Amino acid sequence: MLKNKLSRRTFLSLAGVAGVGAGVAAKTALGITDGFLEDLGEGTVADEVVPTVCEICFWKCGVLAHKKDGRVFKITGNPSHPLSRGRLCPRGAGGPGLLYDNDRLKKPLIRVGERGEEKFREATWEEALDRVAEGFQKVADEHGPEAVGMLYHGAGASFFKTLLHGFGTPNIAAPSYAQCRGPREVGFELTYGEGVGSPENLDMRNTRTLVLIGAHLGENMHNTQVQDFAECLGKGAKLIVADPRYSTAAGKADWWLPVRPGTDIALILGWMHVILREGWYDKAWMQRNTIGLDKLEAHVARYTPEAVFVETGIEPDVIVETAEALSATAPASLVHPGRRVTWYGDDTQRSRAIAMLNALLGNWGRPGGFNMTSNVPIAKTELPAFPEHRPIADKLDGQYIFAGSPLASGLRDATLTEKPYPIKAWMVYGCNLPNVLPNTQKTLDAIQKLDFMVAIDVLPAEVCGWADVVLPECTYLERHDDLIAPWYREPFAALRQPVVDPMGESKPGWWMAKQLAKRLGLEQFFPWENPREMIHARLKASGYNAAQIADVEQRGVILGEPEPLYLPTDYEYEYGTPSGKIEFFSQQLADAGFDPMPTYRRPEMPPAGSFRLLTGRAPSHTFGRTANNSLLLDSYPENELWVNRVIAADFGLLHGGYAMVFGEGDTKTGPIRVKVTERIRADCVYMVHGFGHSARGLSKAHGRGANDSAVTTRYETDPLMGGTGFNVNFVRIEPAPDSSLGGVEA
Amino acid sequence: MQSLTKRRFGMGVDTVACVGCSACAIACKTENDVPQGHTRRWVNQRVEGRFPHLTMMVWSDSCQQCDDSPCVDACPTGASHVHEATGTTQVDRNKCTGCKACIAACPYGARYVRPEGYVDKCTLCIHRLKRGERTACEEVCPTKAIVVGDLNDSRSELSRRIAARHHRRQKVEAGTNPRFYLFT
Repeated sequence: MLKNKLSRRTFLSLAGVAGVGAGVAAKTALGITDGFLEDLGEGTVADEVVPTVCEICFWKCGVLAHKKDGRVFKITGNPSHPLSRGRLCPRGAGGPGLLYDNDRLKKPLIRVGERGEEKFREATWEEALDRVAEGFQKVADEHGPEAVGMLYHGAGASFFKTLLHGFGTPNIAAPSYAQCRGPREVGFELTYGEGVGSPENLDMRNTRTLVLIGAHLGENMHNTQVQDFAECLGKGAKLIVADPRYSTAAGKADWWLPVRPGTDIALILGWMHVILREGWYDKAWMQRNTIGLDKLEAHVARYTPEAVFVETGIEPDVIVETAEALSATAPASLVHPGRRVTWYGDDTQRSRAIAMLNALLGNWGRPGGFNMTSNVPIAKTELPAFPEHRPIADKLDGQYIFAGSPLASGLRDATLTEKPYPIKAWMVYGCNLPNVLPNTQKTLDAIQKLDFMVAIDVLPAEVCGWADVVLPECTYLERHDDLIAPWYREPFAALRQPVVDPMGESKPGWWMAKQLAKRLGLEQFFPWENPREMIHARLKASGYNAAQIADVEQRGVILGEPEPLYLPTDYEYEYGTPSGKIEFFSQQLADAGFDPMPTYRRPEMPPAGSFRLLTGRAPSHTFGRTANNSLLLDSYPENELWVNRVIAADFGLLHGGYAMVFGEGDTKTGPIRVKVTERIRADCVYMVHGFGHSARGLSKAHGRGANDSAVTTRYETDPLMGGTGFNVNFVRIEPAPDSSLGGVEA
Repeated sequence: MQSLTKRRFGMGVDTVACVGCSACAIACKTENDVPQGHTRRWVNQRVEGRFPHLTMMVWSDSCQQCDDSPCVDACPTGASHVHEATGTTQVDRNKCTGCKACIAACPYGARYVRPEGYVDKCTLCIHRLKRGERTACEEVCPTKAIVVGDLNDSRSELSRRIAARHHRRQKVEAGTNPRFYLFT
C-alpha cells in the first residue's frame, strides 16, 4: 500500500471535487437534526476515499472508491473525470462485487489434468513464473520468438505487450478489433481518413435527430455515451431506431424501424437515395468536403424506397419520412456508428455506408455530429528498440489488406494451420477466448495445438481451464496500470492506482511482467521499480512538477486545455483520405478489387423452422465478465431467450418457462428462460451474451442462463479487414424437456 | 431557515431519460448495505400494443413515500411511521418485530425483511439528505432521471419539474397519495 492515500478530510478539501465538498457545506442548510435518525443509522461514512479508474468495462470511467476500516464499501463516479462526470453505470457501482468475489483466483496454478478438465495444483509464484518463462523460451528456441502469441483485453495488458514485443513477437491481438469495433474503424478510415475511436467522437448531446442502427444504447451502457443520449432526448431530439428488436432505445424512439436482420445496408442506401433525389443536403458543403457525390447519386439510384421496402420490410413512406427528419435538422443529425458491429461479414461496407450517410448530413466537425478531439500528451518511457521479427501471422499475404490492427481470429487460424508460420504458445490476458471468438471448437482445437499456454485472469473463467499455467491477477482496485489518456472532447489523463492491497497471493500484471522479464533477460524493457515510479517519470518528462503529480494522485485525473470541438464553417479541412476529402467513391477500394461504394447483397435467410440468433448486452453486465458478480446478479440474474409471441405459441414455449436452443451439428445451449414478447420480429430470437458459464470455479455464474457461443459456430469473415460477423447463425428452439433444469434462482 | 415540519420529500423519475439500467439499485445496495437477494429499488417496465405498434415505459421504482401510508396504518408497533422533519415514511428497526403486516399493506411491493428480522425499504437516503447530499440513486444516475426534492418548496427541482412536465403517479386509486412522480 502507498503512504500517500488521502484521508476523506484531505480529499474533501480539494477544490476539484465539487460534488462531495458541496454536500458537506450544505449540511446546515438542510438542518435535519432531530436526533431520530440514530435509529436509522448514519449510513457508512468513508474514512478514506481513493480516486482510481474503473475496469468493469473498457470505457474506463474515473471513480472514487470509498473505504471504511480498510474495506471498499461503495464506488461512485469521480466528478472531476470527463468520462464519469460524477455518475456511473450499474457495473461501475458494482465494482466491490468483483473485489470481494470468493471465487477469485488466489494462487498460481499448474495444470495436472488434461486441458479443459480444470484440474490444477497450487504453485508458488517462483515455480509458476519459471514455468511460463521456460514454456516461452522453449517454443522460441524451436520456432522463433514469433511463435509466441498473445490475446488480450484490458488496460493491464500494456505491460505484457511490452514484454512480448521485447521478446520479439508481433503476434499480439485483442478481440476488441476483429470481433467488435474493427469494421467500424475501417469504414470510417476509408471514408474520412480516420476512425471514430474510443470513446467515440460523437457530439450526441447536441444532436437533434439521432439514428441508431442496431446500437442499443441504454442496454449497452457506456456511461458518458448514455449520459449524452439522455441529454439529447431531454432536449427534444428526434430518435429513429432501426433494430429487429424493440430495444430500450426503440421504446423512446419517434420511429422504430423493425428492419429485417441483415438488410441494414439497403436501408442506409435507401435513405441516401431519398436525400439525394430530393436535394436535401448542403451543396456548398459537399463541394468543399467530399468527392464522388455524382457517382454516389448514380449508385443509389436503384435503391428506391419501394425497392428497399422489399428487402427491409420498412414501408416506403417511413423511409422518406425518416430521411426527411434526418435532413431537416442537419448538420445536427447523427447516424450513430455503433460499437460491436461484427454482424454479417460485410460490416466494413455497412460502416462505410453509415459514414457516407453522415457525410450527406454534413456533420463532420459540427455541433450535434462528430466533434474534434484532443488529448493530454504524456511522454513515453524511453525503451531500447524492440528486436526485429517476421511479419505478424494474423493473415496471409494479400488477405484483409485494410485491417488496421492485429486480428485475434487470425492468430487462432495461424495456430490451427501453422500458416504463414506456426504459433506454439499463447499468453491469454483477461479475455475468455472460448466465449469470445466465434466457433468455440476451433478455439479449443487451436489451444490443443499449443506447446504451452498461460492464462492471466482475476476469475477462473473457462479459458483458464485450458491453460498450462494460470496466474492470478489482482483486480483494478488493487493495482497500478499505465496512465490512461485517450483522445476526447475534454482531454484528460487518468490514473489507476491501488485502493486496497491485493487479496490472497494475487499480483498486479506489471509485477508479473517484470518478473517474467527478469527470467527472459528482458529487464531493459522495464527500467523502473514499480509503475508509480514510471508514471511519475512520464509526468515529469511531460512537464509536470512534483506538486502537480501529487495532485494527480489526489484527484485521479489531469484535465487538459480542450481544442475547439467544431470546425469553422468555411474551413477547408484536410481529411486523411488519399484525396484529402470525404470519399463517397473510394478509389483505394476499387483498386483493391472491392466495391468502391457499398452495395447491398441479400443475406441468407433462416430456413423454415429456424431463427436468426441475435445477441446483445444487458446494462448491468460486461460480456461474460460480470456473471459471477453478486451485486450485479441481483438486478439481472440470467439471460433470457426473446421469442415473438406468435412463434412462442407455434413452438409451445411459455413465458417464464425454459427452452433449449439448437445450432449446427450437435451444438446446443443449456436451458434458457423464455421471454415471450411483442418486442422482436418473428424471424429472429435474441439473448444477452455472457451467460451459461461452464467453468466450475465460477460458483455463482455456473449453469446460470445460456451461452450463445455454444451455438455460434458459423461466422462470416469481412474480406476487407478480417472482422468476424456473428449474426449468421440459425437456431432451432424447443421447450426444455424438464422445465426445472438450469436457471438458478436470483 | 424553513420550518422543519413543513418538509415533504418526494421523488421523481424522468421516464424519457431512464433506460432502466439499475445503476440506482446497485448504488442503493452499496450505500445502504442491502443484503444479496433483496433490493430497495428496482426497474419497472410497461409495454403496450402488438408488434410492430408498441409503446414502452421504463422507470426506476421504489417506495413511493405516500402521504397516506398504508404501511404506517398497518404497523402494530409504530415501527413504520412518518418522520416529522422530512415527511418521509420510515421504519424504526428497534420497534419492528418483522410481522410483515406492512409488506402486505404496501401496494407497491417496496418492502422486504432483512436477515436480522426487521423490515427495510427505501429511506430516501435520509442520512445523506441530512448531510446535504443527494440520495445515492440520484447521485449515480447516468441519465439524471432521478430527482429528489421537497414538495413543499416550490423552488425545488422536483416541484419545478412537476409544474413543467406531464406526470403520473402509480396506484393513486389505492388512496395512498404517493409522492413518487413519473415524468412522461
